Amino acid sequence: MNSEPILSVRKLEKRYGNFIGCTDVSFDVWPGEVVAIVGESGSGKTTLLNCISTRMERSSGEIRYRMRDQRFPDLAELGEAELRFLMRTDWGFVHQNPADGLRMRVSAGANVGERLMAIGDRNYGDIRSRASDWLERVEIAASRIDDMPVSFSGGMRQRLQIARNLVTHPRLIFMDEPTGGLDVSVQARVLDLLRMLVSDLGLSVIIVTHDLGVARLLSQRMIVMKSGRIVEQGLTDRVMDDPSHPYTQLLVASILEN
Amino acid sequence: MRNPSLPAYNFAYLDEQTKRMIRRAILKAIAIPGYQVPFASREMPMPYGWGTGGVQVTASILGPDDVLKVIDQGADDTTNAVSIRAFFAKVANVATTTRTADATIIQTRHRIPETPLAHGQIIVYQVPIPEPLRFLEPRETETRVMHALEEYGLVHVKLYEDIAQHGHIATTYAYPVKVEGRYVMDPSPIPKFDNPKMHRSPALQLFGAGREKRIYALPPFTDVVSLDFEDHPFTVQRFEARCALCNAQEVYLDEVITDDRGGRMFVCSDTDYCETRRSKGSQVGGLPQHGAAKADWEAAE
Amino acid sequence: MVTDNPSVMAGAPLLSVEDVSKSFTIHLRGGVRLPVVANVTFEVSPGECLVLGGPSGIGKSSILRMIFGNYAVDTGRILVRDRSTGDVADLASGDPRLVLSLRRDHIGYVSQFLRTIPRVSALDVVAEPLLTRGVERKAASNRAAAMLERLNLPSALFNLPPATFSGGEKQRVNIARGFMIDHPILLLDEPTASLDETNRDVVVGMIREKLAAGTAILGIFHDIPVREAVATSILDVAAFSTREAA
Repeated sequence: MNSEPILSVRKLEKRYGNFIGCTDVSFDVWPGEVVAIVGESGSGKTTLLNCISTRMERSSGEIRYRMRDQRFPDLAELGEAELRFLMRTDWGFVHQNPADGLRMRVSAGANVGERLMAIGDRNYGDIRSRASDWLERVEIAASRIDDMPVSFSGGMRQRLQIARNLVTHPRLIFMDEPTGGLDVSVQARVLDLLRMLVSDLGLSVIIVTHDLGVARLLSQRMIVMKSGRIVEQGLTDRVMDDPSHPYTQLLVASILEN
Repeated sequence: MRNPSLPAYNFAYLDEQTKRMIRRAILKAIAIPGYQVPFASREMPMPYGWGTGGVQVTASILGPDDVLKVIDQGADDTTNAVSIRAFFAKVANVATTTRTADATIIQTRHRIPETPLAHGQIIVYQVPIPEPLRFLEPRETETRVMHALEEYGLVHVKLYEDIAQHGHIATTYAYPVKVEGRYVMDPSPIPKFDNPKMHRSPALQLFGAGREKRIYALPPFTDVVSLDFEDHPFTVQRFEARCALCNAQEVYLDEVITDDRGGRMFVCSDTDYCETRRSKGSQVGGLPQHGAAKADWEAAE
Repeated sequence: MVTDNPSVMAGAPLLSVEDVSKSFTIHLRGGVRLPVVANVTFEVSPGECLVLGGPSGIGKSSILRMIFGNYAVDTGRILVRDRSTGDVADLASGDPRLVLSLRRDHIGYVSQFLRTIPRVSALDVVAEPLLTRGVERKAASNRAAAMLERLNLPSALFNLPPATFSGGEKQRVNIARGFMIDHPILLLDEPTASLDETNRDVVVGMIREKLAAGTAILGIFHDIPVREAVATSILDVAAFSTREAA
């Protein structure tokens, strides 16, 4: 078991004037671990995700990331070039709405190949064959490689977005309600795919969801947020089977039995 | 004859302060080849899209002894070329020419002359959209960062798309280039046929975009490399036909429709080049028959 | 795989539960506190099958769940001894990474009910513990299939998700999964409750094999013949119960 966290968040706060987006948030993520951040709309979970992934500027606190060379800098210490390089190689971000994470007017193959080209891959045949491999891994027929995402169904778009993120073998993936916009039948397939890829690739994942079923299926650990604060965190099955905070109990009690 | 009692235009239309401002931008552009320098583009007495960027650059570098040539799609006698040439003849009273070799400054839209440019000459390109990343990234804030950090993967995404959709790189004009191994630059809508002419040209090359308020430059002998893939290298268009008028080959040809029965011919796009050759005796006997001439646009694979 | 190393305290208890108490506070009912068990203390040694006895609702399953880290502990210690190094870890501290590591290497758990995952076949459910431990897919599938065959699950069901299976079929998938890994400690919560006699005997055989291999087993068996067949001792949970006897 790896004893060094890949990400470490301490006393993180995001304020909008007097309004608190999130505050006093501290947690670690270890390599290969899936951490779910759950809570209702407005609980600050998406704000938290955006701050950690540097898509939004934090107000205060620390966010440290273990680089491939084992350095463990605060992300604020990294230059913009290094941070952007990190974001398109070592990290991934899966948006709820695939259109936010895809180039809709560019073919599926180019969507997947973009990160390869961004890091200097200049062999068309090689880029194409790797794009094709990844499409198959996310259960999209390789024959669709030259089709535009606008012609894809919601579930296919989401799977394409996943492939686009994974092609550079990132180590940390952020997911914002990755199945939120999908029909239930399609959701199961995407979830199953995510579950397999995460375990096959040993990815670390921070996933924001309001769906406790998704959290239970994918995560080992769970962070429950309310009004911008962590109210409970722990092993996912422990939090769900023996919730201690009143809010967590309310959340768990609201799940439909299957 | 100008009435001496009426106020005259300042030399070359622009006031001296504006010219200094633009010259500073040009100097900066020359110092950072391929980098787009913002400048305070002025209203010109012609609409955007008619070469206001190029005109301002020309106005700022023009001296009384310069000889100006203006071309549009290679021709000296098209509307845009004629009016800009007349403009400078009037506001700067400079000599004009159609001869590439005689000009000190050549303002161009969409072509680089076939006659190789020489040391001491300046070519000014009219640029509609200076940003080569614009087609995939609409945010100016983002494209600036991408240039600053040399993030040029997107250009290859576009070329990838070309190959995926057409089997070869189908971009035939405004083909992106990398300058001195650093900035990716839009060479303005010249045919990619002309791209190799920019590479290590002894002439100074200036680019002006009036509406977008950008100036960029290639100092003489700058490396200009057209972007491509290892397995789909950059190639220029090849024409199977020769010029129907001067019999030239290995030049850029325009297709001209000669009648309404499918008659057409291919002629040099560079009118000066064509005329010079013909005046020296290169002729083709008679007009071509219907559909005889044929241009074969190169297709890799 | 942990081996029985006689040089390191052979026979010493692998699991020691010390003064463990558990209650639930139900905030949705105005914070009412429901005590479950108090002062639970016992040990389980290699090759021992300790059976938790007592009527339903007395807290037997809660004790198993605490030992698996699925329920939090109010007070007390749950010590898990590493058979080869002798190192002891306190699972009651609740550190998620410690719990995950103990689940991975030390404690197996067969619950009463199988939690199914959409789209995942019975065979994959059973093979998963091997896959996550680095066993190659083909080998893992073969071992999973052998285990399911032993439990008489019709092979036609192997490649179907268990969501639509009968109670007994689901239970056998659950048992197969729990028995795939040779954990030093195995927690069994009524594994034979919905099985017919034949399959019950298969499970008894599997439990005996584990015991012979030195596994420490803690179980709940309401089924008297099974209990008699496997138990080495019985602990009456009523002694720890804080609830009024009905």
